[in-house]
Amino acid sequence: MAAVQETVDQVKSIDVSEYKYGFVSDIESEKAPKGLNEDIVRFISAKKNEPEWLTEWRLEAFRRWQTMESPDWSRVKHPPIDYQDLHYFSAPKGTSGPKSLDEVDPELLRTYEKLGIPLREQEILAGVEPSSRVAVDAVFDSVSVATTFKAELAKSGVIFCPISEAVHSHPELVKKYLGSVVPVTDNYYATLNSAVFSDGSFVYIPPGVRCPMELSTYFRINDTKTGQFERTLIIADKGSYVSYLEGCTAPMRDENQLHAAVVELVALEDAEIKYSTVQNWYPGDAEGRGGIYNFVTKRGDCREARAKISWTQVETGSAITWKYPSCILRGDDSRGEFYSIAISNGMQQVDSGTKMVHLGKNTTSRIISKGIAAGRSDNTYRGLVSAHRKATNARNFTNCDSLLIGELCGAHTVPYIEAKTATAVFEHEATTSKISEDQLFYCRQRGLSGEEATALIVNGFVRDVLQQLPMEFAVEAQKLIAISLEGSVG
Amino acid sequence: MAPMIRREHDAERALGEQFSAFRPGDASASRRQEAFTLFAEAGLPTRRIESWHYTDLRGLVREALPPAPEPDAETVAQARERLQAHEVPGAARIVVLDGSFRPELSDLSALPAGVTVRSVLDALATGDLDADLAAAQKLGAPESMLALNAAFLQGGAMVEVAEGARIDTPVELVLLLSGRAPAATYDRSFVKLGRGAALTLVERHAALGGAKSLTATVVVAAIGDGAALEHLVRVDGLGPQALHLGTTLVRIGAEAKFESTTLVATGGVTRRQSYLEFVGENSTSHLYGVSLLDGRAHADTTLIVTHTAAHCESRELFKHILDGEATGIYQGRVVVAPGAQKTDGKMLSKCIFLGEGANMYNKPELEIFADDVVCGHGATVGALDEDQLFYLRARGIPLREAQALLLEAFAAEAVDTVSVDAVKDEMVARVGQWLRQHGR
Repeated sequence: MAAVQETVDQVKSIDVSEYKYGFVSDIESEKAPKGLNEDIVRFISAKKNEPEWLTEWRLEAFRRWQTMESPDWSRVKHPPIDYQDLHYFSAPKGTSGPKSLDEVDPELLRTYEKLGIPLREQEILAGVEPSSRVAVDAVFDSVSVATTFKAELAKSGVIFCPISEAVHSHPELVKKYLGSVVPVTDNYYATLNSAVFSDGSFVYIPPGVRCPMELSTYFRINDTKTGQFERTLIIADKGSYVSYLEGCTAPMRDENQLHAAVVELVALEDAEIKYSTVQNWYPGDAEGRGGIYNFVTKRGDCREARAKISWTQVETGSAITWKYPSCILRGDDSRGEFYSIAISNGMQQVDSGTKMVHLGKNTTSRIISKGIAAGRSDNTYRGLVSAHRKATNARNFTNCDSLLIGELCGAHTVPYIEAKTATAVFEHEATTSKISEDQLFYCRQRGLSGEEATALIVNGFVRDVLQQLPMEFAVEAQKLIAISLEGSVG
Repeated sequence: MAPMIRREHDAERALGEQFSAFRPGDASASRRQEAFTLFAEAGLPTRRIESWHYTDLRGLVREALPPAPEPDAETVAQARERLQAHEVPGAARIVVLDGSFRPELSDLSALPAGVTVRSVLDALATGDLDADLAAAQKLGAPESMLALNAAFLQGGAMVEVAEGARIDTPVELVLLLSGRAPAATYDRSFVKLGRGAALTLVERHAALGGAKSLTATVVVAAIGDGAALEHLVRVDGLGPQALHLGTTLVRIGAEAKFESTTLVATGGVTRRQSYLEFVGENSTSHLYGVSLLDGRAHADTTLIVTHTAAHCESRELFKHILDGEATGIYQGRVVVAPGAQKTDGKMLSKCIFLGEGANMYNKPELEIFADDVVCGHGATVGALDEDQLFYLRARGIPLREAQALLLEAFAAEAVDTVSVDAVKDEMVARVGQWLRQHGR
């Protein structure tokens, strides 16, 4: 009962008409001119001092992108995006290559403090037990500004740095794996990202190493009319393990801001990657003005035998979410998991889900998706489970449930289940309903208020997924869920 | 004006030529032209059209088969012989041979008062279509194959049941293909149930010969308030050269009932699509089906059930048994429109694989715009359960028999609700016979 009261209190304690992360940090920034052409692509590449091959890689992607059309198959509506009216590069001034945190703009550090990111190593060392320490890479607009715990990670051989740095320090790894999971030509937004990606995190876990701490990246879009195109590449070598957390926020803006990221995960033999996201970009106001367009391509490749990739996401923000974290189960006996909570309120549109592509023998996958639609929002689960002809004994279990709160919202389920081998066993179940009157009545009869009862039931509804989140995120996620639904319940 | 074909595709171009040569010479000419223009603008459905993703007609229809000619005396005699062998006792019978209504083969003597049967071409020539039927017909409006059917329409039946008439006599609609020469047939039948009426319609598709065929067949039904329609469909033995496109369009009034059971056991390519709409409150629809597929058979079941009115219940249960390199497809979409509160929708598709090379594609969709609803769907694919087989074998039942027992039980659930005993027995027997052929 205490937990329920806590949730209710949290909701009450926060004035939800104010998006908590809606502040703008007044930091001088260095921007590329508006617009997108080959010169801008070269400019970004030059800014990063990139080698020739990467510049060419970007240019090829850009040329390809110009021939592509933006996808229209998803259940989201937005006015056409003017790609020439955006800045494709924005860097906080004076942060190019900080030697230590002292060199970072104090305003920026205050920003992170507001975000609640334990960026300062000393704070973490002072306050938190070693077992739950988190190494953070913070990406501000287009540039990675600080990475913590680098030295300690290096001791165990773990590489955790901005991808712009990895291009120089570990070119062989970047060259080998960049674009190997999400090819340059994969889709409209991934191709755009390949042309103009600015920064992001790079992680390499050497064979047999269990990463000693959780790795984390915080993304924040700050500047006006800026697109953020980060690129994350995580490689878990044979027998290694890593848990990676990703958080996102953005200030309130009247215009829509574009976020088109690419995340690539590679798990080799016996390796395991756990990737958790709490996405809380600015969702726009009640009338649907502003907010982030979150068009993200995330894909993991279980490249060798017995690899495992697990995606966990809590999606509460963004005006539009278009995102399908996927697993390619290439190695025999590999496993993919997808746990998702997607909450939409106001005028938000969510079209999200996953793909489990079974290619190897005895591969298994599990999908648990919980969608909650409130206000005038639309919440779509779109997923693919497929077993290739040679994927003998592929197994999948899918459960996607939707909860509707209010008369004006929509919840949709579009699963594709394709078995091309007769040895596959797939199970899929989906339900859509509102919170049942019986459950509410039962709770209220026992003295809970309508709001408390709703909070209790919603918490129960998403529990399967919350349990998958690392400790650090579980608390934050629970808070977020409560905030996101404020005003729509009770 | 010559019809416009936007893209270069041999079959589409040939269909255009066929249509130009097609001179029905009656009042329907302008309506047919309008329909063909619609078809020509959209063309044959491709996999880029979401609802045809798994049945790419542009790829499957390589040549445009000519519309079937009027059957000759020999064909009619063959048909008569065939019809005698398959009779539902006590039923009235409407026969459509190669797309056109044949009164001389039909037997309407058993029809009680309150139900009338006419040729659909006569009915359309003499007056406007009933408003409810016209509305039902619009349910599949964007479908280019329905437009093609309307353009080349050869015949069909208009069945009308008067208000309050509850007809105990099942009405058989037998759609026979002569199958002697490659040909296409286009038929469309209408069923109108007045307020409080009831009817059982048994739709059966069969072929006399195995020549290459395209069947575009449509049944449009309007179920009045408080009325009940049972629609039993059997598509059987059409051979590997057949392309069967069957569409059912149903508009369901208030307090009404629609029950349908479909058995598909055929080679070639089959697409059975149903568009249902609930326009009145407190109605129910139950759709059941069994597909028995082997060889390289391809069967696509596509359903679009739209709840426009509140307080309605829809159930879909489809069983697929796939052997050889057969392909099964199930696409079901339940749409709950804004305001259709208290909708109760459940959909289930289950598939058992017998053959190593079989494929199954499931796409059960929910599209929900009202909050006070209970909707769910499930889909499973897999082989026969080893544990269940072991249990039976441990009790002394041989493997083949154990398999047949489990499969019969699996399929039986979907044909269990059929109310006409003769049809039910026939379906159950057909399942048993198919399983014996495919036991291993």
